[in-house]
Amino acid sequence: MNVVVCGKVIPASTVTIEIDPNTKRMVRKGVPHELDPAAASAVEEGLRLTEKHGGTVTLITMGTSDATIGIRNALAMGAASAVHILDNAVAGSDTLATAKILAAAIKKQAFDLVLCATESSDSYSGIVAGQIAYFLGVPPVTFAKEITVEGDQISIKRQSETGYDIVAAKLPALVSCSSGINEPRYPQLKGIMAAKKKEIKVYTASDLGLGPDEVGEKGAREKVLSVGRPPKRQAGKAVTDEGEGGKQIADFLAEIKVI
Amino acid sequence: MAEAIWVYAETSDDRVTTTSLEMLAKASEVGKAEAILLGPAPQDAVEMLAKHGASKIYRSTDSIYREYLTLPAAETVAGLIEQHRPAVLLFASSYAGRDLVSNLSARLDCGAITDVGDFQLKDDSVEATIPALGASYQNISTLVRPGTKLLVVRPKSFEPKLNEQPVNVEEVAAASAEGLRKVQMKDRVVVKREGPSLEGAKIVISGGRGLKGEEQFAILKELADVLGGAVGASRAAVDAGWVPYAMQIGQTGKTVKPDVYFAIGISGAVQHLSGMKTSKYIVTINKDPEAPIFQYSDFGIVGDLFKVVPQLIEEIKKRKGL
Repeated sequence: MNVVVCGKVIPASTVTIEIDPNTKRMVRKGVPHELDPAAASAVEEGLRLTEKHGGTVTLITMGTSDATIGIRNALAMGAASAVHILDNAVAGSDTLATAKILAAAIKKQAFDLVLCATESSDSYSGIVAGQIAYFLGVPPVTFAKEITVEGDQISIKRQSETGYDIVAAKLPALVSCSSGINEPRYPQLKGIMAAKKKEIKVYTASDLGLGPDEVGEKGAREKVLSVGRPPKRQAGKAVTDEGEGGKQIADFLAEIKVI
Repeated sequence: MAEAIWVYAETSDDRVTTTSLEMLAKASEVGKAEAILLGPAPQDAVEMLAKHGASKIYRSTDSIYREYLTLPAAETVAGLIEQHRPAVLLFASSYAGRDLVSNLSARLDCGAITDVGDFQLKDDSVEATIPALGASYQNISTLVRPGTKLLVVRPKSFEPKLNEQPVNVEEVAAASAEGLRKVQMKDRVVVKREGPSLEGAKIVISGGRGLKGEEQFAILKELADVLGGAVGASRAAVDAGWVPYAMQIGQTGKTVKPDVYFAIGISGAVQHLSGMKTSKYIVTINKDPEAPIFQYSDFGIVGDLFKVVPQLIEEIKKRKGL
């Protein structure tokens, strides 16, 4: 079973992400990057499935040259190869343009299953996975917290408002993985060494048959008009506990008439 | 003539979801509110939608919408858009809402705006306000293609309002093509919960990494019990496997807006803030005085939660005579 994982390499979780008011895009230059933990979970899920059912995992990512560190991480975890869509023309893509690009790259691979995170940890729109499924013409099997494959049938436990649903489809399919679906493995030294020899294919949008009007800001259907800051909430009182902290909270609750 | 603003209505737990009613309130304010309701639904669903402002409801009770996810509903909604061309179609930022929008935005090649906190019509288009990056920014976005604008709305962005309209229910033909039966719903499992739901609770007690483990959530449950509240958690606590995802509050979890929100052992990552920032009062307990959560709290204690919380519970019991 060949699995393609779409994942993002994003500013590290230690970075406070900012938006550039001129380009109206997130500032991605000059900050440390890492494989999105949500994408790492999708890679992990792909590895577990291929360890059980055979086949390989290919990571596809779109991003600047800063993405290399995250790609290497996925390869060190055990992905067999990677595709990096590296092209200035794709900067400024909205969800739809991103999905078109990723779908075009996936179509160049032989795949039985596409895995994504339900949403990236930096922009979390939560709709790119479903858009990719549409462009690939495969069933969108979303919000998985557990995945089982039997023959050409895939079954998931799908997150729901009140518990979970059992949802099934036939392969090939796309599955989006909920946060916490697994604990991604840490790359071991052997994996890190092996990763150095693995192939990273680099594509531009035109390599994927996409014209300049289909990608980046020109291809985006969503346009950010302005970037602002919300009014700041006035921080209230904070006191250091000197043995009466619990009582002081109770006093506050009494003041606002909660108790 | 007022522009038609459609709401894709959902039901859960045998009720029309609160977010559906919230969206209807906003839709009524901006234009002529209409709703789509597909699949088996509770008996009073149509009445509830009408009471909250829907003047027209596109309705099919066919069970295909329950038995097969996304594709049948997307087919029907795409057909309705084609036929009636509403100015805007609103979806809740729910599982089903996001699934449908992803399909429709690709199929209609129109894109979509997600995480919408507010919107208005402007010059044949929309201007949507997005509390971006955990509400640390407030951006305004639009959709550039002509035609119906698809927006995914954050829960708790609007207040539901009673606004009864004479309602016209239009039966729509159910989707039936075999190719739409690809994602099959086999079973629904309800995980039992006690006490008020997180979304409905007036008091929410949330724990984070500072709780240090699963067992320690018991003291939060005890605090919730004496206050009549519900227990939530940060993503850190959920990812650590201490509590289920259903308890997660934040960007990738639930959005709550209680009267009092307790952030206990939670540092206040952007991802968490976006799910609780609009609470009326925020009370914080954290041992790190530099934790960003203190910037948002109305009352904070810098200290050891394992000392402060038990004392608080005792004090509430005493004052309530429990």
